[in-house]
Amino acid sequence: MTMLAPHSVSGAASIPQAPHPEGLTPVLRCRKITKRFGGLVAVDQVDFDVYPGETVALLGDNGAGKSTLIQTVAGVHRPDGGTIELDGKEVDIPSPLQARDLGIETVFQDLALCDNLGAAENIFLGREVPGKAYGFLPGLNNARMRSEAKAVLSELHINIRNLEAPVRTLSGGQRQATAIARAVYWKAKLMIMDEPTAALGVPEQKKVLSLIETLKSRGVPVIIISHNMQDVFEVADRLFIMRRGRAVADLRAADTNANEVVRLMVG
Amino acid sequence: MSAKSTSLSSPAQDASAGQDEVLAPSNLVAFAGRMWAVLFLIALIVFFSITAPGFFDLFNFQAVGANMAVLLVLGLGQTFVIISAGIDLSTGFVMGLSSVASAIVMQALTGYPLPVIILLGLMTTLFIGLAAGAVNGVLVAYMRVPPFIATLGTLSVAEGVAYVLSGGPPVSISTRGLGFFGNGFLAYFHPEAGLSFLAMPSGVTGTAVRDVLGFFPLQVVYIVILASFCGWLLGSTRFGRHVYAVGGNPKAASRAGIPLAWTLFKIYVLCAVSASLAGFLYVLRFNGGVANAGDALMLSSVAAIAIGGASMLGGQGRILGTVVGALVIAVIQNGLVILGIDPFWQYVAVGAVIIMAVLVDQAKGRFFP
Repeated sequence: MTMLAPHSVSGAASIPQAPHPEGLTPVLRCRKITKRFGGLVAVDQVDFDVYPGETVALLGDNGAGKSTLIQTVAGVHRPDGGTIELDGKEVDIPSPLQARDLGIETVFQDLALCDNLGAAENIFLGREVPGKAYGFLPGLNNARMRSEAKAVLSELHINIRNLEAPVRTLSGGQRQATAIARAVYWKAKLMIMDEPTAALGVPEQKKVLSLIETLKSRGVPVIIISHNMQDVFEVADRLFIMRRGRAVADLRAADTNANEVVRLMVG
Repeated sequence: MSAKSTSLSSPAQDASAGQDEVLAPSNLVAFAGRMWAVLFLIALIVFFSITAPGFFDLFNFQAVGANMAVLLVLGLGQTFVIISAGIDLSTGFVMGLSSVASAIVMQALTGYPLPVIILLGLMTTLFIGLAAGAVNGVLVAYMRVPPFIATLGTLSVAEGVAYVLSGGPPVSISTRGLGFFGNGFLAYFHPEAGLSFLAMPSGVTGTAVRDVLGFFPLQVVYIVILASFCGWLLGSTRFGRHVYAVGGNPKAASRAGIPLAWTLFKIYVLCAVSASLAGFLYVLRFNGGVANAGDALMLSSVAAIAIGGASMLGGQGRILGTVVGALVIAVIQNGLVILGIDPFWQYVAVGAVIIMAVLVDQAKGRFFP
């Protein structure tokens, strides 16, 4: 239960580092992020960068601070210290809404979909396209929203037959895909996925992982928080490992293996 | 026992089980399940047409339409509240208070021209609706008081104020001509005097008035206008879409950028205004207001909404459903009266229909989507 890890004095510099692309501005650049909950330091001076087009897995045991770190980026928590830069500009993210406006889309574990609405309605939720009702009253352009939804879903190779059917009638994978399609449609600059494959069947997990590959090919950086080592090695380019609120390793996926990662996570 | 508990499992579990089995329900069953209230209404009309002499008659249907006006208007706003996963218990007494307050104002204006009396009566009504709705809205949306408790409080306050204002007995309005707006028709026909609009044919007096036929009761005209407005608001606008979102998953709605509290606030104001308008229709119809005018109607209006297919858990329901639900209740009441059955049986009949509505709703997702 040591509060101070040996490398704390020298900070992030001493942790194992993956080589970063030279001269490229990170999409996300977190510097010395600190978040306290009362006496507990959940995140302690963490530096965390994400570069264009890369998939970064954020790993750590329960209570390592990975969710808290990500929630400061998603606007759920405000950091007590440190700065967040997006595309090289320092930003303040006071709310999840603000995060979305900045282009940070989070696919939460509980999906953040309205189960009673259709896939198209969910993709456009809160950003409905105005149109006409009965030809003369102000209303919504449902046809346009449906066709755009269909386009983005087929672009991502997602097959949902009835875009109007409530999403509660869809499979877990289709629901996850709907949430991801929403982020893609609204041109997410950075995508955060919290346990994207938890609670999915194996074929559905495969589908979601291939969806992450699709995002990568479109140049959208993805941060995934996952406990599933297999998933992590399948999609991640880089692994960022936290333990007790601190960054302990930043490794290229190709340079490490599950055993080493687990050892780093547990300490 | 175990079989029973499976069949009573939550809809969510059933939905996930359904994915694996890939049930292919016949479209006919699904259609009947969605449209059961309409089918049931048709069955009721057929049944009473056969058994109750005088039921199948244009003028009886017009009477059914006029009689259900207050109940339906009370239910229109409540439909938004129920879709948002709330409940407004105060509508019955907001209606009563609005009827009393506007009747007092209109009676005090006796001697002024009729349009002035009606306009100020309507403004009083809207003021009561906006005030009660704002109180409910602030409590539920901004102070996070559970709707059941918040609106129970408003119910009691509205009831108290209505009794204080009226002193208990009905407040009646002595201005002549007001009754036309509550009981009149769009068109009249007399075999000799001919057709006229918005007034009896000229020259018809005395016992000849009995031969005048009225078409399109104004009460029906009012509810067609109000229901169309609410149907458009709920079904075709951004606000309507957000009502469904808030009722389906408030967290997701809020993350999607929908202003949760403001949306809820508007929903409760809308509901109270619709309740106060129900009170105004009551005033027009009976030329006066009573504190407990809507006491028994609050639950009937919720029953109409439930029959119309809205889920009490929120996220699901339509204005057209509420209209059909109100029609079902009005037809049952009317048919039983014509059959000469003790009117108290109507409560039993409506109760049975509500239970049926809930059972059909639960079967949804298990037997058909």
